[in-house]
Amino acid sequence: MSNQTLSITLFLVFVFATLGITYWASRNTKSAADFYAGGRSFSGVQNGLAIGGDYMSAASFLGIAGIIALSGYDGFLYSIGFLVAWLVALLLVAELMRNSGKFTMADVLAFRMSPRPVRTAAGVSTIVVSIFYLLAQMVGAGALVGLLFGITSDAGKAATIIVVGLLMIVYVVAGGMKGTTWVQIVKAVLLMTGAALVTLLVLAHSGFNLSSLLGEAAQQSGKGEAFLNPGLKYGTEAAGLAGKLDLISLGLALVLGTAGLPHILIRFYTVPTARDARKSVIWGIGIIGVFYLLTLVLGFGAAALVGSKAIAAQNKAGNTAAPQLAQKVGEIMFGEVGGTVLLAIIAAVAFATILAVVAGLTLASSSSFAHDLYAHVFKKGTATERQEIRVARIAALVIGIVAIALSIPAQSLNVAFLVALAFAVAASGNLPAILYSLFWKRFNTAGAVSAIYGGLGSAVFLVFFSPVVSGKPTSLISSANFAWFPLENPGLVSIPIGFLAGYLGTVLSKEHNAAKYAEIEVRSLTGAGAEKAVPH
Amino acid sequence: MTTRHDESSVYEQMQANPEFQELRRRYRNWAFPVTVAFFVWYLLYVILSAWARGFMGTKVFGNINVALIFGVLQFVSTFLIAWLYARHADRKLDPVSSRLRAEIEGDAANE
Repeated sequence: MSNQTLSITLFLVFVFATLGITYWASRNTKSAADFYAGGRSFSGVQNGLAIGGDYMSAASFLGIAGIIALSGYDGFLYSIGFLVAWLVALLLVAELMRNSGKFTMADVLAFRMSPRPVRTAAGVSTIVVSIFYLLAQMVGAGALVGLLFGITSDAGKAATIIVVGLLMIVYVVAGGMKGTTWVQIVKAVLLMTGAALVTLLVLAHSGFNLSSLLGEAAQQSGKGEAFLNPGLKYGTEAAGLAGKLDLISLGLALVLGTAGLPHILIRFYTVPTARDARKSVIWGIGIIGVFYLLTLVLGFGAAALVGSKAIAAQNKAGNTAAPQLAQKVGEIMFGEVGGTVLLAIIAAVAFATILAVVAGLTLASSSSFAHDLYAHVFKKGTATERQEIRVARIAALVIGIVAIALSIPAQSLNVAFLVALAFAVAASGNLPAILYSLFWKRFNTAGAVSAIYGGLGSAVFLVFFSPVVSGKPTSLISSANFAWFPLENPGLVSIPIGFLAGYLGTVLSKEHNAAKYAEIEVRSLTGAGAEKAVPH
Repeated sequence: MTTRHDESSVYEQMQANPEFQELRRRYRNWAFPVTVAFFVWYLLYVILSAWARGFMGTKVFGNINVALIFGVLQFVSTFLIAWLYARHADRKLDPVSSRLRAEIEGDAANE
């Protein structure tokens, strides 16, 4: 049996198992709270695993291992930003949001504001952030299948994107939050097991001596000592001051973006109480933290055992470093069959990873469309629960089809920047609006709308005029040059703009509602009046 | 079902309640300074990674350098803060918030 057949078999097992779960979930999805929030009946541990499954994307599994394998230490900078970010969610957002919101991020923002403009802004931002993230994942899926299964034709990649897109539509439309959460839980367990297995083998091979593994990695990378220090990829000395500021800018977007990502925020609604929300974030931090420590070993292990040259030869970004390492270490420890089996397992896990993340993104954007834009903006709150769920399902279908349609032509483009952009928008627009809503008495409609559009607009605007879009051989449009903004990551400028816009919008408008602030403050801290779990 | 106005006034009364203000103080006095601390600690790490590469590259033992230790310490501090916060919330916040919640929901039911 070749590794391709085995991979596909394992992947099909995952698909059938998750479709079975989705079918079960669809029979238990009746109310809006079921569809949007899984009946709020997941335990803290279950939701903690789902948080891991939702967050650990292919970009962090394959991408970070790849960056470490090719550029050494710098990949670790990414992991650390992704992890520390969870403290913002834990200390400032998760519990208060669970207590005062219902289904979407906008529920908290619209609590004491004029609902229509605020929900429109939050809905737009949710859909934009989720689509950016979704495109990066789906284009990545197309590229991955090409690398792992030797499918190099555009038609083959397009077919993969369609399969991934259709599965994600089925998970969300039929299973809603219940189905999606279980897919994420299963994926988190598989991903952790797979990553731990390969890590263990790598460490066993190096005699559990991290220092000698690092030495071997530095040697095999062809970069020597520098491989173990920051500076080969981000903020290189050649890039000068702009490069270093770009690194700071990326760091800020990563650490402040997570607590503003809509698909992460809606996870806090899936548990019965704020206490469970806290517990789930703590579990999430544990799982995600351990996972990033494993990727550190995977990345350096790939450099040491496979060699940076062999990795770069297969994929310039290093995205196949983890699967290549799995094959290599399996071969070393158990012979050729071992290599084949391990490669197949890791390839199947990588697909499961992509599916779970894209399902979460589709759910977040379709929920926001139905609950915020359709029910509250278009219907002004007169839509029935049945109508709302129906619209959410149609929205998931449409968003899925749009994502497929955009991803296929985007295959030849370098869209990896979209993940960083999604974090930058979340940090610049969503986070200031959420924090001001929860903590600032004077905050009002004009402030919320200014923060979201100011942050979202400035982040997208600056990236458009950055070297990501034009002016460099690696740019999206390499034939033109209209890049006057020197940084690839807009966060350093757009995050302060978002916070400032929220402040100015607030103080320049007289509106404020002290009674409603009292309500959100008391409710967010005590949990009085919080949405209850759906009884079974 | 009471009117919206009455419901809000329950919350306004609670907001003025010294016990609630104590809860808010306990929450904010923990969460805000710790947020500033971990944010500064993280920024320090990123800034050193950009501008103090000689220092970050200093070997401590074998091939383990300051950059790696500093990075792992970010993991350690994140785990530690998560654990400490859970403990703080369990001991100092949850008992008060449960009591106040019962009080508000009891009031609302009696009205």
